[in-house]
Amino acid sequence: MAGYKGSRINPAHFHKDQIPIYIILLPLAIFMLFPLVFIFCHAFKPMSELFKFPPSFLVYRPTWDNFRNLFRSARNSSIPIGRYIFNTVIVTIIVIVGNVVISTMAGFALSKLKFKLRGFIFQVNQSALMFVATAVQIPRYLIVSNIGVTDTYFAHILPLLATPVTLFLIKQFIDDVPDSLIEAAYVDGATPFKVYRSIILPLIKPAIATGIILSFQQVWGYIESSNLYTNTESMKLLVFYMNTLANANNGVQGQGVAAAAALILFVPNLIIFLFLQKDVMNTMAHSGIK
Amino acid sequence: MRTDKKSPFLFLLPYVLLFTVFIVLPIIVAIGLSFTDFNTIQFPGFVGFKNYINLLTQDSIFMQYALPNTVTYALIVGPGGYALSFLLAWAISQLTRIPRIVLTLILYSPSLTAGTAMAVLWKIIFSGDSMGYLNAFLIKAGIITTPIAWLTSAVYLMPIMIIVGLWSSMGVGFLAILAGIMNTNDELYEAGAIDGIKNRFQEMIYITIPTMKSQMLFAAVMAIVNTFNNGAIGVTLSGSNPTPGYAGQLIVNHIEDYGFIRYEMGYAAAVSVVLLLIIMFFSKVASRLFAEKE
Repeated sequence: MAGYKGSRINPAHFHKDQIPIYIILLPLAIFMLFPLVFIFCHAFKPMSELFKFPPSFLVYRPTWDNFRNLFRSARNSSIPIGRYIFNTVIVTIIVIVGNVVISTMAGFALSKLKFKLRGFIFQVNQSALMFVATAVQIPRYLIVSNIGVTDTYFAHILPLLATPVTLFLIKQFIDDVPDSLIEAAYVDGATPFKVYRSIILPLIKPAIATGIILSFQQVWGYIESSNLYTNTESMKLLVFYMNTLANANNGVQGQGVAAAAALILFVPNLIIFLFLQKDVMNTMAHSGIK
Repeated sequence: MRTDKKSPFLFLLPYVLLFTVFIVLPIIVAIGLSFTDFNTIQFPGFVGFKNYINLLTQDSIFMQYALPNTVTYALIVGPGGYALSFLLAWAISQLTRIPRIVLTLILYSPSLTAGTAMAVLWKIIFSGDSMGYLNAFLIKAGIITTPIAWLTSAVYLMPIMIIVGLWSSMGVGFLAILAGIMNTNDELYEAGAIDGIKNRFQEMIYITIPTMKSQMLFAAVMAIVNTFNNGAIGVTLSGSNPTPGYAGQLIVNHIEDYGFIRYEMGYAAAVSVVLLLIIMFFSKVASRLFAEKE
């Protein structure tokens, strides 16, 4: 029999077998990419092209006008855009650091320390993977206003620190750190904290990178806290400002500016993912729910 | 492993504390409030099952629009996005390294800033006047003669929401599936070929899926969460809550409508509880499908 030899995952070379896959994938990829290319072009269109009829998809004479207008229009309003960017950067840094520290500590305890409630806590966290925050936005709003953090940076930060998905991925990753390494350290007199710092953390860098990406994405898209937990305009985040631009409906020129703002929100996410994608794939290999 | 009483407690304390306050407590509060008439002004009074009874018997908007819309949206975007994630991940895994990475990036990038941040994009494309990109294109192609108000139309809003939902459905779950497929053992495929597997499709059904059930389950849960989290997109797209003709009204928007527009928070809490139960139901179905037998 001209036998079927079994396909290879991750083939090393191009083979004519792969052609049908390309034929199916390429149009889909183009469809997926289309909106992103569009927003990219739109953000760089000069006024004449924004107003052109019929409208054109691509940009022919790219300019920074929309970005300039974005900063200028923000300067004319009471809050300069720099303020939103500043808020977002501060909140992002604190959320990422906090989220990674908290999740790796908890992941270490759940994976490598022995105590009574271990299985129970892990089970609870695993069920919480399906937690949909928007479903309980009202109680969350009431809680935030009752613990007295309304209108502070804490209102943006605290709700994003405990993330079941990140803890889950990190814990699964730590499971693969060999126990013998840890035992050896204990024999040498290390404390659990020392083990966490000098053995676990250096070995789980891919999982940490994944945690960073996930919490970065969350903060940059986090509009709930600006809408509900803060009243003062100067305490809100960039995504909120960007959303008001999108809703302002101030004509074609406004659309160009809004596209520029959307691009500012999108590009950092993309760059971070580009740099860390290998680590993410490595972490995702440990993501199975047993 | 060490048994020492203090350190597990200290390592877990920050997580458990925040988890309790922002995940467990909201669920408990939602359940508690759902039995009251809380309206943010007066102290909540206990009303028993009244909110639930009203929801099921008198809230025609919930029964006619929010619930069916949510089910339609969730059933198409959830399993649809999930199937798409799996098929695309599988197809990509058969390619060489560089095209694989590029395609992964393309498929994953819509979910990088899904939801609000990308709403502006759809608003420009589906803009209702003849300057709108889709309208201009269709007019030029001779398919329509007058521009269609896509986002404020009760007919087109839901299909557009579904397209946007599917577009951004290749998220974390997609990456998990891809990683799972990449990690399956080549020897299994060779053994499978010897045992009479004849093509890639059989391979997928008999080898790939069974060896990565646990990733499939993780991805399914992520797909469910994604679907419900991005469900509010109808309000963002149409720019109004309620959405035109309630066409894009999902349960999430209904909660917002009652909670933050009418301030009937007790009632809104009851709707939240119902939504949580629906999400739980979907997750249970997923674990049934993919649970490892032993």
